[in-house]
Amino acid sequence: MTETTLATPKARPGTIPGLRGIAADWASDQRAFKNVSWGKAMMWIFLLSDTFIFSCFLLSYMTARMSTTVPWPNPSEVFALNIGGQHIPLILIAIMTFILISSSGTMAMAVNFGYRRDRVKTAALMLATAAFGATFVGMQAFEWTKLIMEGVRPWGNPWGAPQFGACFFMITGFHGTHVTIGVIFLIAIARKVLRGDFDVERRGFFTSRKGYYEIVEIMGLYWHFVDLVWVFIFAFFYLW
Amino acid sequence: MVDIPFDQVAGIPPAEVAEVELYHPHSWWTRYVFSQDAKVIAVQYSITAMSIGMVALVLSWMMRLQLGFPGTFSFIDANQYLQFITMHGMIMVIYLLTALFLGGFGNYLIPLMVGARDMVFPYVNMLSYWVYLLAVLVLAATFFVPGGPTGAGWTLYPPQAILSGTPGQDWGIVLMLASLILFIIGFTMGGLNYVVTVLQARTRGMTLMRMPLTVWGIFTATVMALLAFPALFVASVMLLLDRLLGTSFFMPTLVEMGQLTKYGGGSPILFQHLFWFFGHPEVYIVALPAFGIISDLISTHARKNIFGYRMMVWAIVAIGALSFVVWAHHMYVSGMHPYFGFFFATTTLIIAIPTAIKVYNWVLTLWRGDIHLTVPMLFALGFIVTFVNGGLTGLFLGNVVVDVPLSDTMFVVAHFHMVMGIAPIMAVFGGIYHWYPKVTGRMLNDALGRFHFWVTFIGAYAVFFPMHYLGLLGMPRRYHDIGETTFVPASAHDLNAFMSVAALIVGFAQLVFLFNLVWSLFKGKEAGGNPWGATSLEWQTPETPPGHGNWGKELPVVYRWAYDYSVPGAARDFIPQNEPPAKVLAQGAHP
Repeated sequence: MTETTLATPKARPGTIPGLRGIAADWASDQRAFKNVSWGKAMMWIFLLSDTFIFSCFLLSYMTARMSTTVPWPNPSEVFALNIGGQHIPLILIAIMTFILISSSGTMAMAVNFGYRRDRVKTAALMLATAAFGATFVGMQAFEWTKLIMEGVRPWGNPWGAPQFGACFFMITGFHGTHVTIGVIFLIAIARKVLRGDFDVERRGFFTSRKGYYEIVEIMGLYWHFVDLVWVFIFAFFYLW
Repeated sequence: MVDIPFDQVAGIPPAEVAEVELYHPHSWWTRYVFSQDAKVIAVQYSITAMSIGMVALVLSWMMRLQLGFPGTFSFIDANQYLQFITMHGMIMVIYLLTALFLGGFGNYLIPLMVGARDMVFPYVNMLSYWVYLLAVLVLAATFFVPGGPTGAGWTLYPPQAILSGTPGQDWGIVLMLASLILFIIGFTMGGLNYVVTVLQARTRGMTLMRMPLTVWGIFTATVMALLAFPALFVASVMLLLDRLLGTSFFMPTLVEMGQLTKYGGGSPILFQHLFWFFGHPEVYIVALPAFGIISDLISTHARKNIFGYRMMVWAIVAIGALSFVVWAHHMYVSGMHPYFGFFFATTTLIIAIPTAIKVYNWVLTLWRGDIHLTVPMLFALGFIVTFVNGGLTGLFLGNVVVDVPLSDTMFVVAHFHMVMGIAPIMAVFGGIYHWYPKVTGRMLNDALGRFHFWVTFIGAYAVFFPMHYLGLLGMPRRYHDIGETTFVPASAHDLNAFMSVAALIVGFAQLVFLFNLVWSLFKGKEAGGNPWGATSLEWQTPETPPGHGNWGKELPVVYRWAYDYSVPGAARDFIPQNEPPAKVLAQGAHP
């Protein structure tokens, strides 16, 4: 185990393609993921952990829905709106989904402009993302209000299994909390971008660490994750 | 990426990233209280965990008093007994062992052992401790609220956990669940730090396969905790909603005190699945750091390289992975599908293979070693014995047909106390005796340490070995009073009294240990930088205790694994990880 043989000059780990490269990276010192900063690695691992939380929520919901002995309310009727005399199923959810997916687009553009150090465009796109997110949460609040007016409660509803309301409020509430937290951080980081904190390497108020434009991408990772989770909630809750 | 050749001289690549500036404390408050230094956070975690652990120790005395001398102590009624059981289990497993191994040992040892200046995000690390402290305070508050703490058992199974027959139904269960949620949030902040530090912040030359096994154990346990705690988080949120909002996730239709409850249609087994998806990995979250610590203690104090290092690493990883597919072996009697039992019994028994590899490798490390029976070594040996003992009874309980008659008997209590109570706490003590000199600069008192070990070790056997027998007789667990039963002979009651006396003595031995911790801080022998002659990086710091930033001006460079003990021809019987090969050659050894 005393590997002190004088190494012949060879390619550093991180430059070898394919599986051998992965093995070389993991066998190397200092970093297992070459070219991945601490912050990005931390966000990825957090998202992995968060994936388990949402998976547990969704699996619990599926268990409840599959094992219930009373009928499960029909989502395409429950989540329908009457617009201009037309009864349109899932219309609100469709719009919400469209808005959230669009916000992923503006977020991706913000990351791009962030790395180009285009402060104004980055901040504008982040604020647009935050606005989309806030709209999404607003529409969710509208949907919650509508359902509550119709008599849906966490402990029961007029149409069937009481777990319908429980799962609905819990899962969309937990996701909406994620979106809300995202909106808050988007605004905070957009402010830092606009002020030029990352150009002058100004220190953070709490952490007293220098910030970099990479934080925009890390924020983007979180935001795309929240969108992706919504796709699963949309598929399993509304389309099932 | 630019193609840079290896450093030609020593085979060590150059540094890949520039060093990050640390936050330097400006006042007493930021140095010792709101500190961002992982070492201070580690001590804060340890003190908090041990303080709340003392509460759990006293609770165990109360339970043993009641079991040994039923009817003698009027201040312990049936409700309180259940509350004591619940809080004892919950505190010991989560707030003491998990927090101490990961928050205490992890924070102190990871940056030092991998050659980092600190955790990667010190501010988040500090938040982790404060949220943990809040969780502990919320937990402690349950003792003072109306109705007292919850008496649902540490597994908090619904429906009984939130029904009115269970003590602590008003406040206890709500605060318990809130405290768990806080703990998980706090732990996640710390855990992300530990994982990223190990993966991305090692020093030059420190490859994953050169890390001490302690780091491997803590690292794997942290990854597991990040994936297992979400299940407990979700279960806690849903149970809290059942209790507070009247949802029916876990609550079936049932009649309570002659009244139909408001609940209906929920699945109690769903809770058990969620709980044990967390609960079983939790066993290994506590065991893997202990495995790692024991490996390092044995190697250091037997002056011999660890036997089968690579296999030890892969065994840790394999145990970590397998522990996610065995959870339902806690649920053989829950009424789940019998075929599940077949699957989970098989996976459970497969875990015995990597575990046995570890035990054999420890024994083979000791084989013909230069064994120094220091206090840490005694605890390490004690760990092996108690862990093998508890592990073997685990094989009994892993088999469905053997488990079913033994479920909910004292046999189960004896098993899990041996394997995840006594064994990990042995590793904790061994670790504290081993690293205390690095933390404080002074040795712990040796005579008190030996007294502590022998009383704890023999006492633990006196408490838990007869308990197996009681379990085989059919004596149930969680009973306040057995009363007159035909299948429990009178001699069993004498045995219970004996165990209770032993438990009290073991408890008092822990007070000696606490006294030793405080006394040695002021009066202990000066330790110097490397009292055990150990190879790993934490013993090579320029100062003892290590200063802020750990390493002075230059980060250490690692040339070898952590187990170069008794290398033939070397000047000393250990070669530190950061000793350059040229220096070793100059001393006349082959490197």
